Amino acid sequence: MGSSSACDGTLSLDEFNASAKALVTKWRGIDVDALPDWEWRPCRKMGVPSETEGFVALEGVYRIRAGSQIEESSDDPVPDDDVVGHDTSVQSSRDNVHLYDFHIVYSFSYKVPVLYFQGLQAGMHISEHYWIFTSSASFLIANVCNLSLGGQLLTLDEIKKDLPPHSLQLLNESKWTFITREEHPHLSRPWFTLHPCGTSDWMKLLLHKLGDKDRSLQYLPAWLSVAGQAVGLKIPLKLYCSS
Amino acid sequence: MTLLNLENPCYSCRFFADSPFYVRIVRYIPIGVLFDLLCADPERPWNLTVHFRGYPADILSPCEGEDSVKWNYNNSLKEAAFIITGNSKNVMNMSQADQLAMWESVRKGDLNSYMNISTKLKLGPFEEDFLVRTSSLGSRQGSDEPESPGSVKPCRVPVRLYVRRVQEDLEYLEDAIPVSDWESVSYINRPFEIRKEEGRRITTLEHALETLLPEFFGSKPTARAAGPEPAAATPDSAPDDSDTTPGTPRDREPASASPQEMDVAKRA
Repeated sequence: MGSSSACDGTLSLDEFNASAKALVTKWRGIDVDALPDWEWRPCRKMGVPSETEGFVALEGVYRIRAGSQIEESSDDPVPDDDVVGHDTSVQSSRDNVHLYDFHIVYSFSYKVPVLYFQGLQAGMHISEHYWIFTSSASFLIANVCNLSLGGQLLTLDEIKKDLPPHSLQLLNESKWTFITREEHPHLSRPWFTLHPCGTSDWMKLLLHKLGDKDRSLQYLPAWLSVAGQAVGLKIPLKLYCSS
Repeated sequence: MTLLNLENPCYSCRFFADSPFYVRIVRYIPIGVLFDLLCADPERPWNLTVHFRGYPADILSPCEGEDSVKWNYNNSLKEAAFIITGNSKNVMNMSQADQLAMWESVRKGDLNSYMNISTKLKLGPFEEDFLVRTSSLGSRQGSDEPESPGSVKPCRVPVRLYVRRVQEDLEYLEDAIPVSDWESVSYINRPFEIRKEEGRRITTLEHALETLLPEFFGSKPTARAAGPEPAAATPDSAPDDSDTTPGTPRDREPASASPQEMDVAKRA
């Protein structure tokens, strides 16, 4: 059923597939520092990868929580413009690194994309880190090694710590209506998901200025600008520039 | 629909092993569906071994209490309502008392109480021409949006299938190798759209399955599927469904995909 996505904020499976592949291609073309690449994953039917159905996956996104115990070495950073200071300190921040996987899956029920995600408590050992100061900001770049992936799956309460403030507020108002647990359509396990029931309404608003052709290809990037925000994914603006 | 519930203050988990094979049973699935799916040779009582140690926290995140299961159920209901009527207003506008009563009826497996509340949701039956008129919801308190008069669309039936593959050339289902891994069960959550077709007066479950699972209805069907989602299975939502035995609670009825069993079911 290839109905036009147009006016009601929904999209068909074919449009989802096309938009997803366009997203993957465009993302790969821009230089996204802090995030890995989205990948198209065909779903398997009877053990054979399907040509018509699949989902988009972004896996291995780190959330390193600020405020982990850092032992400063004797080199004090000098607050001059563009000075790179090098501190070496050994730190184990086992409790402060979360590793996330995000999947965008098509919902036949709501005819919109749905974001599925899960987080792992990762064991991590930071061996070196660099302080970089500029005139406007200072930030820490951690050089990460020895990341072990045998961690435990995070509960919603643990994931809450990584969510942006407006999402936390929504969660506090009602714990299970904004983010819920659903069986992942392709992976036989319960994942967390952003409840999709308002999606077509706000997508209608986001897309109403676009022409038909642009509307279906731009659907996913537009959708991601909202859904990504809800889970703290920073989507680069370059995704929205015409190439 | 019944959910298996073990209240254990030390270790709130719903993880079971059915010896000699370990099966990670997903907690949101009604016990009847699990039983039909996993017990080819129906045993009563169904012997389960409950583990309180060695929780597989790397593949299953800890159970977050009855609330998460209740909301999973509510969200499924919302989804079913959305599929049938085009929006979830009737579920979202349920009074607090009704919501509580519905969940209690699900917890206790009390079909009568469940029916008292679910009929208020008006999730069917469909008209003769298989079209849903969205202005027929009736007045609901707190609904601010005006109903759009006269808008119609083809009706859709919510369907959830849990499909377990068995080896070929099987004469008796009881001889199937038991499920050893939940990953070998496929989950399909997809509504079926009822269209009026020439020469087809009623829509059967077989026709729905053929549409949703075309790969299983080739020359050699080898799959056995467990029944549709409870919201779709209530008697008032699919009156044209001709292949279940009258009087049997539908959500516990396995819908078999093999043509021989389908023929038997249709004759019933």
